Amino acid sequence: MNQPIGPTSDTILYLSGVNKTFDGFRAINNLSITLDRGEMRAVIGPNGAGKSTMMDIITGKTRPDAGRVVFGASTDLTRMDEPAIASLGIGRKFQKPTVFESHTVWDNLLLALAGDRRARFTLRARRTAAETEKVEALLETIRLTSHRNRLAANLSHGQKQWLEIGMLLAQDPQLLLVDEPVAGMTDSETEQTAHLLRDINRTRSVVVVEHDMAFVRALGVKVTVLHEGSVLSEGTLDHVSADPRVIDVYLGR
Amino acid sequence: MTRLSFTVTPVIIIVVAAILAILNLGTPATSALHVSDFVVGLAGKYLCYAMLALAVDLVWGFAGILTLGHAAFFALGGYAMGMYLTREIGARGVYANAQLPDFMIFLGWKNLPWYWHGFAHFPFAIVMALIVPGVLAAIFGFFAFRSRVGGVYLSIITQALTYALLLAFFRNDMGFGGNNGMTDFKDILGAPIGRSSTGTALMVISAICTALAYIGARWLTGSRFGKVMVAMRDAESRTRFLGYRPEYYKLVVWTLSAMLAGIGGALYVPQVGIINPSEFAPANSIEAVIWVAVGGRGTLSGAILGAVLVNLGKTILTGALPGAWLYALGGLFILVTIFLPRGIVGSLRRKNARDAILPTSDEPQGIAAIDSVQADLRESGAEMEKPA
Repeated sequence: MNQPIGPTSDTILYLSGVNKTFDGFRAINNLSITLDRGEMRAVIGPNGAGKSTMMDIITGKTRPDAGRVVFGASTDLTRMDEPAIASLGIGRKFQKPTVFESHTVWDNLLLALAGDRRARFTLRARRTAAETEKVEALLETIRLTSHRNRLAANLSHGQKQWLEIGMLLAQDPQLLLVDEPVAGMTDSETEQTAHLLRDINRTRSVVVVEHDMAFVRALGVKVTVLHEGSVLSEGTLDHVSADPRVIDVYLGR
Repeated sequence: MTRLSFTVTPVIIIVVAAILAILNLGTPATSALHVSDFVVGLAGKYLCYAMLALAVDLVWGFAGILTLGHAAFFALGGYAMGMYLTREIGARGVYANAQLPDFMIFLGWKNLPWYWHGFAHFPFAIVMALIVPGVLAAIFGFFAFRSRVGGVYLSIITQALTYALLLAFFRNDMGFGGNNGMTDFKDILGAPIGRSSTGTALMVISAICTALAYIGARWLTGSRFGKVMVAMRDAESRTRFLGYRPEYYKLVVWTLSAMLAGIGGALYVPQVGIINPSEFAPANSIEAVIWVAVGGRGTLSGAILGAVLVNLGKTILTGALPGAWLYALGGLFILVTIFLPRGIVGSLRRKNARDAILPTSDEPQGIAAIDSVQADLRESGAEMEKPA
């Protein structure tokens, strides 16, 4: 395998020649993507294009058969598991809102706050003033201040999505992976979410997987089109929309 | 979640135990207020079951690990105590041999097996009642949780664990009395086993241990560790992507829970006067899960209440209609699952939105919980296999 040029100093995520096969099905096929520090990238593609598998590989849920996945300057993600990768500063939001339903909004954020994750710490941990302050600030950001004592189970779908984004922020990640954040949201919630993501992008790099073209347009960022496990096209939304190959496999259908 | 509710349950346990003890020892047998030794013995037994129920609730109710093998840890604690009680018989056995228990002489053994050494000392036996279940649970848990065995698969191997121990303890050459187990105990710490005051003391000690176990469990589940545990139960992958390692959390609570079950078993044996391999029977572990389901999964007082109520029902029903118990138990589980999915205490607390520890309403309970675990597994399996 030819050795590709290494990531530059302002690259936060670098995938090169990544392959993953499930039972003979090539989910990821020689995939190479470079994400700059501070960049927000939208990833689109038809079902089965490998978007979720790509997320799984970056977050350590799935191990690639071949290829390099590098975070920051030189951290090889292919050798690490989910908690280790999360602790590096990569947060992941699932498509279906995944929050701790039987905890309050407050406790959801408290558990997500960056800090010691070991059992010997949590057995004795007391809530500190700094933690209280951070949680309050997060509640403000995700507009759930008045819901702080409600159980997450009792939130609306949109509020759960926001809470989950708040939990990601609490982790203080450098890179956020967001899987279909506006699925099932109302139009105004979708708009607010686009705002929120742009806000977040001021300080962190973001990868958004999305089907909703209006939302991708609202984000106004570089788009990567995946097809059959590799990059089909890359550029502005207008650029990729005009790409005949993209029209053929995805947009035109 | 007030300080008051923190203490109500242990106070009730201690007060009821004290009243039973006073009415047993302080009133003549002819008095209408007299509580018989039989009733005291039952109460002591129920309290040991309550400790087992607390242990099951910690792992199932709070950490989402459906154990179908917890009676194994209870029985191991019981065996540790049984070994002490057997050594305590000394020369008063049938063969009047202070060096070897009767069953070993019967088998023609000449020497005490190495693993019996030390059991003549009470503190050693108590430590073993904690350590043996703890170590077994730690080893089992280490491999099971590390390889991410969960849901029904874990339930099945816990069931296999207790069944394997059942078969092993049936064997005479294991050196634990085989099929007959150990019985005919004479005394504990010099106090005759059959005497009324000994029985009452054991019951009171069981009550104190149950109360302490409750307080300890309450502390654990109220800590941030406990919050992570509940978070893990609700959305394990989310805890992992937040940077927690669920396997370690599970291992800690699983091991503590096994040790608690071991104490319950150790206190159980002197009160019932026998320990044999039937304590490892898979049905025992399943019954313990039913107690918790009836009382309220994820509520500590519910676990205690469920253990006491179901066993009270068992005592009454097996007296009145022997043979009907298994049908009643099965029926009870189905009825509770359908009509009282949060159990007794869970349903009472339903309106209290601040009680964040309870499994939420859309989380399936009882049998439905087992089903959903299976569905989750299928789903997550599919997710892993499914490209994109």
